[in-house]
Amino acid sequence: MQLTEKHRQYWHKNLVITTILMIVWFIATFVVGWYARELNGTTILGFPLGFYMAAQGSLIIYVVIIFIYARYMNALDTTYGVQEGDDQ
Amino acid sequence: MSAVISENRAFFNQLRKYYTVYTGGFLAFVIALAIAEQMGMSRQWIGYWFLFATIGLYAMIGIMSRTVDATEYYVAGRRVPAFFNGMATGADWMSAASFIGMAGTLYLSGFDGLAFVMGWTGGYVLVALFLAPYLRKFGQFTIPDFLGARYGGNIVRSIGIFSAILCSFTYVVAQIYGVGIITSRFTGLEFGIGVFVGLGGILVCSFLGGMRAVTWTQVAQYIILIIAYLTPVVWLGVKHTGIPIPQFAYGATLQKIGELEKKITADPKEVEARKLAKAAGDEAKAAPKDIAKATAARKELLEKKLAEAKAASQPAHVVKSIEDALAYWPSDTEKAAGFFAGRANLAANANPPRPHAEPFAGKDEQARDIARRNFLGIVFCMMFGTAALPHILMRYYTTTSVRQARISVFWSLFFIFLLYFTAPCLAVLAKFDVYSNLVGSQYAQLPAWAAAWRLVDPTLLTITDLNFDGIVQLAEIAIGGDIIVLATPEIAGLPYVVSGLVAAGGLAAALSTADGLLLTIANALGHDLYYKMIAPSAPTARRVAVSKGLLLVVAVIAAWVTSYKPGNILFLVGAAFSLAASAFFPALVLGVFWKRANKWGAITGMVAGLGTCMYYMSVTYPFLRDLFGVTAPIASYQWFGMNAISAGVFGVPIGLVTIWIVSLLTPAPDRQVQELVDHVRYPVLVGDIETRGT
Repeated sequence: MQLTEKHRQYWHKNLVITTILMIVWFIATFVVGWYARELNGTTILGFPLGFYMAAQGSLIIYVVIIFIYARYMNALDTTYGVQEGDDQ
Repeated sequence: MSAVISENRAFFNQLRKYYTVYTGGFLAFVIALAIAEQMGMSRQWIGYWFLFATIGLYAMIGIMSRTVDATEYYVAGRRVPAFFNGMATGADWMSAASFIGMAGTLYLSGFDGLAFVMGWTGGYVLVALFLAPYLRKFGQFTIPDFLGARYGGNIVRSIGIFSAILCSFTYVVAQIYGVGIITSRFTGLEFGIGVFVGLGGILVCSFLGGMRAVTWTQVAQYIILIIAYLTPVVWLGVKHTGIPIPQFAYGATLQKIGELEKKITADPKEVEARKLAKAAGDEAKAAPKDIAKATAARKELLEKKLAEAKAASQPAHVVKSIEDALAYWPSDTEKAAGFFAGRANLAANANPPRPHAEPFAGKDEQARDIARRNFLGIVFCMMFGTAALPHILMRYYTTTSVRQARISVFWSLFFIFLLYFTAPCLAVLAKFDVYSNLVGSQYAQLPAWAAAWRLVDPTLLTITDLNFDGIVQLAEIAIGGDIIVLATPEIAGLPYVVSGLVAAGGLAAALSTADGLLLTIANALGHDLYYKMIAPSAPTARRVAVSKGLLLVVAVIAAWVTSYKPGNILFLVGAAFSLAASAFFPALVLGVFWKRANKWGAITGMVAGLGTCMYYMSVTYPFLRDLFGVTAPIASYQWFGMNAISAGVFGVPIGLVTIWIVSLLTPAPDRQVQELVDHVRYPVLVGDIETRGT
């Protein structure tokens, strides 16, 4: 089994998207959590923002992160010819 | 190849048809019971119907899915479509604690309880990005399998087996406990009998068909639990917000709660009641020393107050409230013990209500800072624990492909999200109902649900007239968290059949999680220990038979431990997450993302992570401190003021750093391991090695 340059690019792109999404995850979790008191000064949809993020906003971001990752990687598999055949 | 595609497609359509019919059938069953209730069926019988019909249903699926094939038994034949694996993971994930306890925790602790909501959802980002696709490509049966193959040798595998059993067993005891509580509450069976009925329910799902049976019953259980959770909330939402999707509209209700909190804080009657609450709570805490004396003293006081009220010709509702308190007097010592246990919770009412949406409340800047650190600590541990609990990770072995595994994590979180973004909403709606309808009502005319539940169990709801004005003050109400979900149907004014439905949902949540956990433990012993380490040449039929036998043994041991009613269930659940995170996460993730990580790094890293976590818990958690005879004050052991439940905050980084340093100090892993890492990184490689288990 010999890895080609193309394989390395594929893995590199995987690492890049993983890093970007982890930064979003970190902000949605720990930065938002750390500043929850300050965020509560703003109101969104009738909620204090800090409460809204912890109860709903960050959760929606998590769902979207996973959706984007699945879409992106499944497309990347095909572009780099490492996709599986036996699939629907 | 296209034949396989159309075969998968046909299987998906078939499943969709089955579960649509199933859902319709279940709804018809609920409607039939609703009609029967109108025609006079008793509550107890509705409870029995829900209990036995749903367990019977799961049993049927379990029996239909029986198998002796290893791939079917351990990973459901690896043909579970992403969508259905998502549902199964949702049920596997959401335990009795999520279903019954979460909304109550949010009701009681407001914003700070949201740490669990964030932690138990955000962890799936880590599962999706770091684990699920790679484990699926690896494609064996258990998590110790991966550790054993990646790091080589039986030591790593053994540590994996030990850790998997440690965290799963702590967790499964909590589930069986939940099953016992639900069955005994809704059918009147005794707790011990409830545990064994529940155990039967768990075993029929998993015993004959392993993962295959567990998968298809978990899908069925998810459907029931989500219907059961959403139905009463939607109703309550229409009542308070006028919108059937209250999850998006409860901001206005939250604002109204804020105004009520201000009003209650300033109300002189409330101030008076708060002063009395502390004394009443402390008095009740001392009561168990001499129940008879405490009961007599309390009764004497009430009789005196009654005489006074009559002499001073107080208004009728004041006299009536004291008469009622005397009429519902606990008849025996056991009831009296419950009565005082409920009153003891009043002590917490000495302070004015905490603003529901305010994060990290504390008396000064330092206290707030520690509260914030602990909030983020819980978030951290719940997230990394999610991405390390073997019973969840195992589920991603069952999808048809790496692509499907990625999509499957999305569906998993989507289905979990439906419940988790509803729980904070339910807490707010219930709180509004209590603050606006219960507070300020007369004792003689309590809302029906409150009047009923205070008689059921005083630890769930105690309301007592502290200042003898015949009116309910907030400081006179002590609520146990579990009541929020259990009483919601009644708060919303729904018929009893919906309460039965909620019980069935709670049961489904507890059973499905217990199934997954028991299977994990039995497989760690049957597959990893017996087959991989003791008898590698054992034929398939015997391997599966051994796993089934062990499943039975583990289930009985777990039920036996549960029958002792070990306390602090919530701590046990939290501990399981910290332990799993510290033991597994570093070794699993570095195993995929860092080729240089080697056997000795993994061994020392897992031991160091787990050891740190266990050490920190044993010196900062009261029960364990007593066990090990630790006497110095907790604060002197605490690092950065973190609580015991968040011990993983230290375990995970120490595990990562240890693997890193020790790996660099010892020789790099051989070529075979490098090939294995490449193998899991790419869904398809030309000239690829084969690791799939058979």
